[in-house]
Amino acid sequence: MTSLRRLFFFVVGLFLALPLIVVAGVSVNARQTLAFPPQGFSLSWYGQIFTNAEWRNALIASLTLAASSALLALLIALPLAWFLWRRIAPWANIFQLLGVAPFTLPPVITALGLLTFWATTGFYGQPWTAVISHGIFFVTLPLVTLSLGFSAIDRSLVEAAATMGADDRVIFRTVVLPLILPYLVSGYAFAFVLSLNEYIVAYMTVGFTMETLPIKIFNALRYGYTPTMAAVTVLFLVIAAVIFGLVARFGDLPKLLGAMSDER
Amino acid sequence: MRREPPQRLADYGPLFFPAGMLTVFFVVPFATMIAVSFFQREQGGFYTPAFVFDNYARFISLFFGKVLGFSLFLAVAVAIACVLIGIPFTYLLSRSARKIQIVWLVVLLSILSLSEVMIGFAWSTLFSRTAGITNLFVWLGLMAQAQALTPSFGAVMTAMTYQAFPYTVLVLYPALVRLDPTLTEAARTLGASPVKAFFTVVVPALRNTILATLIMVFIFALGSYLLPQLLGRPQHWTLSVLITDQAIYQSNMPFAAAMAVFLVLVSLALVGLALYAGQQRQAK
Repeated sequence: MTSLRRLFFFVVGLFLALPLIVVAGVSVNARQTLAFPPQGFSLSWYGQIFTNAEWRNALIASLTLAASSALLALLIALPLAWFLWRRIAPWANIFQLLGVAPFTLPPVITALGLLTFWATTGFYGQPWTAVISHGIFFVTLPLVTLSLGFSAIDRSLVEAAATMGADDRVIFRTVVLPLILPYLVSGYAFAFVLSLNEYIVAYMTVGFTMETLPIKIFNALRYGYTPTMAAVTVLFLVIAAVIFGLVARFGDLPKLLGAMSDER
Repeated sequence: MRREPPQRLADYGPLFFPAGMLTVFFVVPFATMIAVSFFQREQGGFYTPAFVFDNYARFISLFFGKVLGFSLFLAVAVAIACVLIGIPFTYLLSRSARKIQIVWLVVLLSILSLSEVMIGFAWSTLFSRTAGITNLFVWLGLMAQAQALTPSFGAVMTAMTYQAFPYTVLVLYPALVRLDPTLTEAARTLGASPVKAFFTVVVPALRNTILATLIMVFIFALGSYLLPQLLGRPQHWTLSVLITDQAIYQSNMPFAAAMAVFLVLVSLALVGLALYAGQQRQAK
């Protein structure tokens, strides 16, 4: 059984790794070819991401968009999750539903809705519209992690603080915030990584005025390959693995993904 | 501090910003899209407010029927492939040591978040003639000459399964982790082999979870937009590709909006079905 399990894990792992191995190989080609196994070895394509103005601008655009839209998503999700936990207001669940909807439906729908909206209001193509669009699109992630975080708080702790005379504001700052901090951070991390990689919403809202890295790669795919694309892919994969690794290191990843805590 | 209903207006304070943002930037755009789907298209990419059903009437064509049929077929095929591999995989994962679980979860999350553009690029490279897997087959003596494997249906299908697989595992994971281990232990004690215990105890116990997961993965695959375009031929284009094509390249927003509304209706009906299946599970 153990060997069968190992074999199965190995086959699935190979399936998941194969395209990435090829991409990593392509990214270290010495010359501008998409050859695998790589011909020669060079890290210059990784340098290109930072030295070539076009790739660097796309990287900066992507990082700025991801950092600010994840923050916006958090700012929307935190008060909402707090309110839903603190108050009995069944009708307010409609907003939780609205927060989860963009992520559940096929993304092209949210993208097209936002495209018609920005076109109608006359803001189409402004860089900040992408921040709002991504903020709304990814609000689901901090909302889910925060709801989980709030539900894990022992209400008697909060009650004790209230008995000692603390008001809502003090309780939030001194009791609630420290307890939900890991969920806050992981919610931000999830939204950040997904925004970094998101293509269609960004393309439909600001695709003609701003190039994020996924948009840049897609355009590069149509107008000729370069190993820089492979280098960017590897870089993004590493960023994602590091961030999720940190979330796992400092938080309870199995629990965040729905397993009961301390079960095994 | 007990949970209590809001009494004063100030108690609603925390709700103002989230409710406002979600209404203005999700509900209103959604409504705008629905409105545009009834608008009249003008020449040159413009449209004027109207209330016509022309955009919906265009659905009733052989071409659209084919695209819709293919989209649904592709999404079903991907969902089935993912669930077939995903259930035994997630089951074994949930029975592994915690450290192994965490490593796999980090890997799966990283691949899940990888941009569709990058997945498409990676697979088009793997399936290419110059850098592809066929070179390996040639080297092993299985093939005489390296060849390109894209564009083809198999390439689209493989890449979409790759994209949806981590999602499938993460949807299945909570249910499988919480599955009572004594169930299989009892079956083993009574003499069933591990494989038999899996098929006669685990799979039936998870029937509704499996149905709900199939539907979730189906919707996820329905949203795939770049892979059919990058790895397939035009006849492999899905509804998502067609919507973007109409909106951006043909500048026919009303028709794109009408197709999107249709896609919403299909998805919502299926989400409803998934929730219903989930409730049946809890009721038991």
